[in-house]
Amino acid sequence: MTTQPITTAPKRKVRNFALLSNRAGAAFLTPAGILVAVFVIFPFFWVIFVSFTNRTLLGRTALNPEFVGLANYLALFDPNIFFQRGQFGFSLILTTQFVIASALIGQALLGLLLAWLIQTVPAWVKRLTETFVIAAWILPEVVIGFAWFAFLDRDAGTLNMMLNAIGLPSGDFLLESPFWVIVVFNTWRGAAFSMMLFNSAFSSIPPSYFQAADVAGASSWQKFRDIAVPLIRGHIVTNLILITMWTFNTFTPFLLTNGGPSYRTELVSIYNYRVAFQDFQFGKGAAVGVIMMLINLAFALVYLSLGRKKKVR
Amino acid sequence: MKFTLPAFFGRMAFSALAALIGAAFALPLLWFLFAPFNGRAELGLTIPDPFTLNNFVTVFGNSFAVQALWNSLIQAVGGVILVGSAATLAAYALSRSSIPGKGAVTYILLLFSSVVSGSAAMVPIFLIISAAGLMDTHLAVILTFAGGLLPTAMFILRDFIDSIPKSYEESAMVAGASPVQAFFDVALPVIRPGIVVIVVWSFVNIWGSFLIPFILLRSDSNMPAAVAIYSFYSEAGTPVVTLLAAYSLIYSLPVIALYLFVSWKFGFRFFGGIKA
Repeated sequence: MTTQPITTAPKRKVRNFALLSNRAGAAFLTPAGILVAVFVIFPFFWVIFVSFTNRTLLGRTALNPEFVGLANYLALFDPNIFFQRGQFGFSLILTTQFVIASALIGQALLGLLLAWLIQTVPAWVKRLTETFVIAAWILPEVVIGFAWFAFLDRDAGTLNMMLNAIGLPSGDFLLESPFWVIVVFNTWRGAAFSMMLFNSAFSSIPPSYFQAADVAGASSWQKFRDIAVPLIRGHIVTNLILITMWTFNTFTPFLLTNGGPSYRTELVSIYNYRVAFQDFQFGKGAAVGVIMMLINLAFALVYLSLGRKKKVR
Repeated sequence: MKFTLPAFFGRMAFSALAALIGAAFALPLLWFLFAPFNGRAELGLTIPDPFTLNNFVTVFGNSFAVQALWNSLIQAVGGVILVGSAATLAAYALSRSSIPGKGAVTYILLLFSSVVSGSAAMVPIFLIISAAGLMDTHLAVILTFAGGLLPTAMFILRDFIDSIPKSYEESAMVAGASPVQAFFDVALPVIRPGIVVIVVWSFVNIWGSFLIPFILLRSDSNMPAAVAIYSFYSEAGTPVVTLLAAYSLIYSLPVIALYLFVSWKFGFRFFGGIKA
């Protein structure tokens, strides 16, 4: 407790003198409590319940869903079709590759590189680079989706215009390599967060460390590898967990590819949407939701335990 | 520090690389910056020729487009009012009362808010809204966002209130103020910067979100701009792209303005994991 005794009153008395009585405190907590209970905590338990039923959006089972036990989960994990395109396993593997390529490699490395670069470059270069990197992050996702749609257009898009200008043929990237498109897209979209987190981590390192290294004649790479990275290891772990969770749950690529062509960019979030709202199988969609939440839970527990350890130290 | 030629070239290379990456980030947005002012509708990147503001005039003449912006505003403002007021009250209670289990509440909030994401919980959220008879209403979107954004908002505000000395309210209460008076007249003005951050953050989040309104709303008259833009460019019969670009730019302006406001007012501080 951080309560400071005001006068010489015994400590117990001070603790009783909370600014807000328990009753007032409970009243203050009520509105938020109801909203969070109904829209965050209740969905968590209800989705588990729904995942054991054959509830649909339309038809007889929309009103009177039947209990089907583990049927939805068995359907998701049916070994005969698990890895086929448009099935759960395919989507899960695709999402794993997407997270590794676009978040853990793309966003984290690019963010680290950018954060290191802007420590030393002139102020105007720093401001200009930051502006565009952050713009990619703060603009609404639909606008970003539309901008990339135009950027990648086969006939007139900016990318193909540039490729043609240097003598390379045009490509229809959304059709030919949709997976790499959403990887680059998500790297571009999210690198700002890693950049800002690492930037603030770097600026918390005492400058004298680097000055001492300068005196010893260390190169920029040596300073980066031997001083900066070891000192911000905690930030790196935090960053990797956060961007993994966000990228795992992201729905934004849907705005660029709709999950296609032929399921090649169907991440689990998009798979969940298709099963529930296009095929109208709520029970199966709920089962996907449960699995997504379990994966989220694993990452969240690791993240929160890290935070606790830091506080103890 | 010695100034050497290799060091000079090293710094040049750093600048060049940073500028190059910056340019790469700018590329996908360039067309989007030029097209709204272009009289001819094309997806190619050209200097606007003829330069015109007609696209904006046309957009504001389209009642569906204007209605969608209006809907975005209703939903974002409604959500912000709920999140702002409920989070302030709750964060104050978590910081200043001695209700048992405060630590556990905070932990559970953080845990659930990161586990129950929009894309994992779309089925139960849809079913709850549908069972409550709120399908296809502004209120459905407002309530869902309020619930989803509240845990993070409470957590940030609680941190903020914890950093304010209790002696402000204590001296008010010594002078005879009730706890509720101390909250409204003494604490609230001091907490205001924290509330501004929460308000801006939740506004930007709701204004820019696509998935929740996309699954909870059916009729055109309730669609926010995010869903309108998506349906414009994804449906067959491509629209006039320059008009859509102008519309997207208008739709982005509040976000850009709020971002500039926050970085001007507070100096862009780094707000932890702020982003839903």
